Amino acid sequence: MLQRIYDWVDERLDITPLWRDVADHEVPEHVNPAYHFSAFVYCFGGLTFFTIVIQILSGMFLTMYYVPDINNAWDSVYYLQNQVAYGVIVRGMHHWGASVTIVMVFLHTLRVFFTGAYKKPRELNWIVGVLLFFVILGLGFTGYLLPWDMKALFATKVGLQIAASFPFIGDWIKLLLQGSDIVGAQTLARFFAIHVFFLPAALMGLLAAHFLMIRRQGISGPL
Amino acid sequence: MHRGKGMKFVGDSRVPAKQAKFIPPKDYSEYPGKTEAFLPNFLLKEWMVGAVFLVGFLILTISDPSPLEKEADPTSSGYIPLPDWYFLFLYQLLKYPYASGEYKVIGTVLIPAIAALALLLAPWLDRGFERRPIKRPIATLIMLLTFVAMVYLTWESTVSHNWEQAEQQGKIVQTVDFDKSDPGYKIFSQNCAKCHGDNLEGSSLAPALVGKGLDPATVKTMATKGGGQMPSGIFKGSDKDLDALAKFVSDVSKK
Repeated sequence: MLQRIYDWVDERLDITPLWRDVADHEVPEHVNPAYHFSAFVYCFGGLTFFTIVIQILSGMFLTMYYVPDINNAWDSVYYLQNQVAYGVIVRGMHHWGASVTIVMVFLHTLRVFFTGAYKKPRELNWIVGVLLFFVILGLGFTGYLLPWDMKALFATKVGLQIAASFPFIGDWIKLLLQGSDIVGAQTLARFFAIHVFFLPAALMGLLAAHFLMIRRQGISGPL
Repeated sequence: MHRGKGMKFVGDSRVPAKQAKFIPPKDYSEYPGKTEAFLPNFLLKEWMVGAVFLVGFLILTISDPSPLEKEADPTSSGYIPLPDWYFLFLYQLLKYPYASGEYKVIGTVLIPAIAALALLLAPWLDRGFERRPIKRPIATLIMLLTFVAMVYLTWESTVSHNWEQAEQQGKIVQTVDFDKSDPGYKIFSQNCAKCHGDNLEGSSLAPALVGKGLDPATVKTMATKGGGQMPSGIFKGSDKDLDALAKFVSDVSKK
């Protein structure tokens, strides 16, 4: 039955080459922990992607309860944390998942760096990877404000002061992020938009490029 | 093996066949029989790693609920802010005299920008053909030093931070409605409110009483004889007042 559905679609769209490109390839020995245990360092990239999937899914569920406005933001998080069934776990997954993502990205970066995998012909993929790192840090920064508790507000104030110290364009960057003269309703709305729409869009585009390039070039050879 | 247009496949790797200047990665076929199909063999193993990882992760989320401080109050002063842990090294950098005050721009922009650019441009800064870390000592050393510096700065920022105060300053204060015309409240505000707060919410001197579910006898003992941090003989008044106080505090603490 499944085969017949597949054949029906394949006859019309010729998906077999696509499918081959995605899934039909050999995994070389030197990245396979089943043969060399030390090859577990090659898992960090995959685990980073896994944590990003966790972040996207848990984040989608959080938006079902979260209200991005200064009167209700904290109350909605408090309600989610204390009243909603399993809300504390979903929020916990998003909160701790952010930290775990940073750790995994960091480990993956170190692995690629120390195995010299960024060298020709993989320079472009390295650039995309570093941009992904920055996008993820941006997600961490914007997400910190959203619960609208004390630490969120005052840490964001410091962060925006740091942005304002940028030579020449610092005040513009601050105004762009802050949206008004103070860290308030506008800021929360902007950070929400950046955290939920702008940066995830960039993240997915960059991830697509990252994976496309690795399928094109393959994993770098053994040292 | 050859497939496609002029592409040579090395294992799963499409590396151009001619690599005059670049040391080609070793052909995976030098390890015969040990490559593995990605689907389904390798992916199933990856899922096992993922499952173990997920279990550990879920244990973390269940054992440590994510923190939530009290609602942001822009008018509050004296709150000592702290960013999330992965920004601590940048935050700590700004505390050093050569990267703060007049030189703030060094700590906020210059050093982070240099580090970010260096990371972004690593393939062009380290152009040699060698890939082993030991054979490109400068790149390895710089990365190790950066790593050590980040760990050190993060550590320093946690040591100099007052965690007890940080926990107090953001604590969620429980508020409950109670009748302020209750005779017990008058006695409470004369004897206890100085430390336990006008709304029984507690302060830096004494814990909150709301939500504690105290029974009247305990309140009486604590008020007269003290206990824990509380000294004895705080309550001054008649036995009748003590009864009223105990009833009031007990009622509110059970709300």
